[in-house]
Amino acid sequence: MISVQACLDGILLGILFALIAYGMALQWGVMNIINIAQGDLVILGGYIAYFMYLYGIHPAWGVIVSPIIMFFIGIAIYKLVINKVVDRDLFISILATFGISILFMQLMNFAFGADVVLANSDYGTTMLFNSNVVLPNSKIFSAFISILFAICLVIYMKKSKLGRAIRATAQNARAAKILGVDTEKVYAATFGINAALCGVAGALISITFTIHPYMGLPYTIRSFMIVIVAGLGNLPGVAMSGMGLGVFEEFADYILGTEFRIGSVFLLLVLILVYRRFKLSRKREYLK
Amino acid sequence: MNKNNLLLYSGILIFGIAAPFLFPAFKVQLSILCVLIVLATTWNIQGGEMGYNSFGNILFYGLGMYLCASVQVGMFFPLAEWTESGGEKTFVHTPAQFFQGMAVGLIVAAVVPTIVAGLIGYSILGLRGHYFAICTLGLGVAAGEISGGIEIIGAGQGFTTPPFPDVGSLDSRGEFFYFLSFFVLVMTFIAVRVIYSTRFKLILNAIRDNEDKAEAMGIETMKYKIVGWMISAFFCGLAGGIMGGLVGYIDSTDVAFDGREMGVFMVLMAILGGKGTLWGPIIGATVFHIFKEGFWTFFLGWQYVALGVLIVVIVIYFPEGIMGWLREKYPERFGEVVDEKDRKAQVELK
Repeated sequence: MISVQACLDGILLGILFALIAYGMALQWGVMNIINIAQGDLVILGGYIAYFMYLYGIHPAWGVIVSPIIMFFIGIAIYKLVINKVVDRDLFISILATFGISILFMQLMNFAFGADVVLANSDYGTTMLFNSNVVLPNSKIFSAFISILFAICLVIYMKKSKLGRAIRATAQNARAAKILGVDTEKVYAATFGINAALCGVAGALISITFTIHPYMGLPYTIRSFMIVIVAGLGNLPGVAMSGMGLGVFEEFADYILGTEFRIGSVFLLLVLILVYRRFKLSRKREYLK
Repeated sequence: MNKNNLLLYSGILIFGIAAPFLFPAFKVQLSILCVLIVLATTWNIQGGEMGYNSFGNILFYGLGMYLCASVQVGMFFPLAEWTESGGEKTFVHTPAQFFQGMAVGLIVAAVVPTIVAGLIGYSILGLRGHYFAICTLGLGVAAGEISGGIEIIGAGQGFTTPPFPDVGSLDSRGEFFYFLSFFVLVMTFIAVRVIYSTRFKLILNAIRDNEDKAEAMGIETMKYKIVGWMISAFFCGLAGGIMGGLVGYIDSTDVAFDGREMGVFMVLMAILGGKGTLWGPIIGATVFHIFKEGFWTFFLGWQYVALGVLIVVIVIYFPEGIMGWLREKYPERFGEVVDEKDRKAQVELK
């Protein structure tokens, strides 16, 4: 029964990870940037929902409010920093976003304090299998909302004009520019959409789990891992590997103990990269 | 080595030896500066010269720190009881025990990370570019998280390194650690200088510029990459061992495997000074340390905010670093022949 519990928890958690990873895959594919500050944007989104909860508004409304605020924060970050590193060496962008990550981490630490907080949604729990498996309704709610947002985004990407422009830029930025796409605007919008997705995920995390100013980096690493396992632009793959990671984490938590949970996530990243490196080196190739 | 260089080196050496007596209040700061220079210079070997930007050298630094302290304690007392007592004075090192332990500890702290780098090098160094950067970032953080769960080295509550024994004058602790770190710094500098004057450095540069072509030229790049990383690991471990004794307290994520601070610092110092130069990391570390201490004093509490801004500003506006800027400004001093007409034409073009 514990394994069923861990599996279900993991899958519901994994859907959230997949949402964050989708944002990362989007900006990686379009702008060729790996955003180390991804996790910190998630946590910031979570704090917006938490503040609504503090002022007496139901935190579920954070799912609507926090992406709107985060969209503008994302655009501001893009205008201030990212547009100067977009066409530069990848390592420069990694380091620049690392700086943003440290900055956000500390600003959140000052603004919201170093306590572990959660926004209580009072959704109750669902019992399954003769009360052997306990699922908080907030987790089911968050998984449902994440899927909803992901579907909306996919449709938006397929149908709208901006979505087409983003996809065109991802395929070939230069050709898109020649054909009249304002790539600068597309980049800004992509970063904004990514930040908004982080905002949704953060609001959901603040309802279901806990948030803390320093918890950002593990979310970045998780989404990076999901993207490299699934590949860019492979949405079902992102969803599947997100759930897989969630299940892995729940089992690692259960078997090794909570203190090794984050450590095992980071170790899994190293193992996955090394595995892929050996697999590719047989064909005399390397990860690109 | 010409006469000018000899004069410069002997001047720096004399200054280095005289420094703790000239600025007695800054002994600890000067020792930290030495350690920072060692870290930046060795990061530069594989980050700047080889083009493998690692966030994970902190792994060797933290490993060296834990190993040095564990050996120093474990040689004479039961390690588990030491960490359990949490730095209470139930066991006291005599001076002879302390120095003996430190010597053996530093040797272990240098050798084991080198072996670890050799063992994991083959798997990790097959990754390239940003995959290598993220993988090493993961390694560093994973090491911190895992060591924070191991009971015998203090787990979450930390590990107190043996206190300095009561010998001689009052301030012998500061002098001991200063000269130890200065000695390691001189050793590092000599080693790096020798390396940079051999074919080895040219091969590292070839790997940085185009690894596939270097391989096609018949260079066994993997071998050289591993050796380059092992050299880095050797000095990182030494630096970590000294830093552990200097700080006096080891915490898994805040002191030893501190990817957020030291792990970024070494990258930043090398970039600030100029990647891929001999003097760049040294200048970068010195400037960075002075700036950092200023920040830490004047913006107390806001230091990490300032650090984040500093990283972004340095990366965006000075990616070539101080040495790169100097090179742009005075190319003649770097042995580049400049055609005066060509330069004028370029200025006019701008």
